[in-house]
Amino acid sequence: MQLHEYQAKEILNSSKVPIPDGKVAKSGIEAKEIASSFGGNCVVKAQVHAGGRGKAGGIKLANNPDEASEHADNMIGSFLKTFQSGDTEFPINEVYIEEASSILKEYYLAVTMDFDFKCPVIIFSTEGGMNIEEVAEKYPDKIIKIHVDPLVGPSPYKIRNLISVFKFDKEISSQLYKIINQLYGIFISNDCTLIEINPLALVEGNNLVALDAKITIDDDALFRHKDLLKLFDEAQINKSELNAQKNDLAYIKLSGGEVGCMVNGAGLAMATMDITMKAGALPANFLDVGGSASEERIMEAYNIITSDADVKLILVNLFGGILRCDVAAKGIIEGFKKYNKSVPMVVVLRGTNSEEAKNILKESSMEIYFSDDLPSAAEEINKRLGK
Amino acid sequence: MKSILNKDSNKVLVQGLGRDGSFQTQKCIDYGTEVVAGVHPTKAGENFNEIPIFGSVEEAVKHTSPDIGLIFVPAPFASDAIIEQVDAGIETVVCITEGIPVNDMLKVNNYIKGKKVRLIGPNCPGFLIPRKKLKVGIIPGSIVSEGKVGVVSRSGTLTYEAIVQLTMLGIGQSACVGIGGDPLHGTSFVDVLQMFEEDQNTEAIVMIGEIGGTREQAAAKMIKESISKPVVASIVGQTAPEGRRMGHAGAVITGKSALASEKIKSLKSAGVYIADSPTEIGLRLKELI
Repeated sequence: MQLHEYQAKEILNSSKVPIPDGKVAKSGIEAKEIASSFGGNCVVKAQVHAGGRGKAGGIKLANNPDEASEHADNMIGSFLKTFQSGDTEFPINEVYIEEASSILKEYYLAVTMDFDFKCPVIIFSTEGGMNIEEVAEKYPDKIIKIHVDPLVGPSPYKIRNLISVFKFDKEISSQLYKIINQLYGIFISNDCTLIEINPLALVEGNNLVALDAKITIDDDALFRHKDLLKLFDEAQINKSELNAQKNDLAYIKLSGGEVGCMVNGAGLAMATMDITMKAGALPANFLDVGGSASEERIMEAYNIITSDADVKLILVNLFGGILRCDVAAKGIIEGFKKYNKSVPMVVVLRGTNSEEAKNILKESSMEIYFSDDLPSAAEEINKRLGK
Repeated sequence: MKSILNKDSNKVLVQGLGRDGSFQTQKCIDYGTEVVAGVHPTKAGENFNEIPIFGSVEEAVKHTSPDIGLIFVPAPFASDAIIEQVDAGIETVVCITEGIPVNDMLKVNNYIKGKKVRLIGPNCPGFLIPRKKLKVGIIPGSIVSEGKVGVVSRSGTLTYEAIVQLTMLGIGQSACVGIGGDPLHGTSFVDVLQMFEEDQNTEAIVMIGEIGGTREQAAAKMIKESISKPVVASIVGQTAPEGRRMGHAGAVITGKSALASEKIKSLKSAGVYIADSPTEIGLRLKELI
């Protein structure tokens, strides 16, 4: 789960990581008030779940409260699409009004999980403000990684080594040392998968502050963070994907596709998408109905796929294990009845109770083409779409 | 430590006998697996089809000396179950549970470092050895057949797909091992490839990878250096968009090395035969034998 910048900064602030003064606003009037309290000079930042806001016009400087109000009014209610967000447009419902800072230098600091090393890693770079992948490619010597043994925490000597590589003076060193430890503490105690401060800015007065903040929480750990769960912003998620999430379905809409896929198991779902592509068509979605899907869940899956106007054909590929194919078949029929939407289907059913499932589907009035295996399903797709 | 493929004794303990756990345990027993004990915190003293249920793993080990521990415990408690089994001295721990927090698996991985234990999973279908009538996990017994091909995969149902293709072509399996779809896992491709290389009953290997991480690259390096048996591989997720988690926590494209195309490239350079489409895994292997 991703947090908004202002939510992330509240967490940073409560752990004493220095941030500029700031407050969230839901209207131009609110923005004006907040800007006045900062003396006028401020930054208006769109609160959306996408990186690259600056280049997309989602971050504006204001020289006085009226300008802040104007920027806020322009942003709120509109949508933001950035180079990082692909085709998705994120609604701007809130802006963050932040005191303007005089920046002397920008750094990059992040804590994330290094799965190859099986431990958390602290990443620091002197090239702040840039995309870290780009820095890694262009200036690999300007990035330092500190791998952290979770039982030990960030070793002071490793942080000292980092500081000595970049020859920071005593005051900045001590600030950086503190911030790294604070971030690591936040990372572990909130089950984060990423905390990224880009940029961590050195501002007038020789102080380090977190100018931007991105925090992502491990979805699987949310059960023990009821407080964080409240920060979830439904508006930032595609409606179908949100509906899927509420029904325990793993669904991702893919742009430009025409074949809706309904599969059990993530690996088989990806394979089914690949097979669709090899058959000369494009998959419209990734959908894993999960291990022990109920009739209701399948019904919702049917609804989500058929609600996608791009879908011309559905490929159902179910391999019964824990999942019973007959239960899935009933779910499809129920979905068809309840939502009254029909799209031709190519169906491959194997494993637990697959014969019963075929009989159930055969009795319906739906347009269904059965295939015994995936190669013949691919041929059928080809034929049905006239490729 | 003997490889899981060649142990003499394979008594299984099951922890977590809820709805799915009970159903799947019965399937293991039906297949021929010797299940000797169940563990459930509130069902101690009861039986599951004449198999005694104990309140703790330690207690179960004392009375039934299991060799393998199988875990169906819900995600919030699953990492504790793994540690409980390791502490009780079980050498092979198979964790089926999906959705364990990353931080919990971080602790588990550090805890088992250097200990005499082989962890398979989590978020995996377990393993199955047809020759031994041994099924530890959820791979359907009805689709496997005895033979000489070792199958290793990150995915569950996709593993079944590969097995079915082999069985339909009359190619049996020496063992099928699912290593799981989580980014922090126990046994890796490299470990299983090593087992297949050393296993006299395995003559060829099928490996199914997916986008995300660098596990396939590590496997490619290892195949190049020390695998003499032919390997067929398929990598799924070629159509997956960047930055989106495709169901499995580990299946997300972050950076170039996580791409299917990069993984295929390194496997090809290691002499691995690539099935371009997941529908061709069986056929590709048939060409080799």
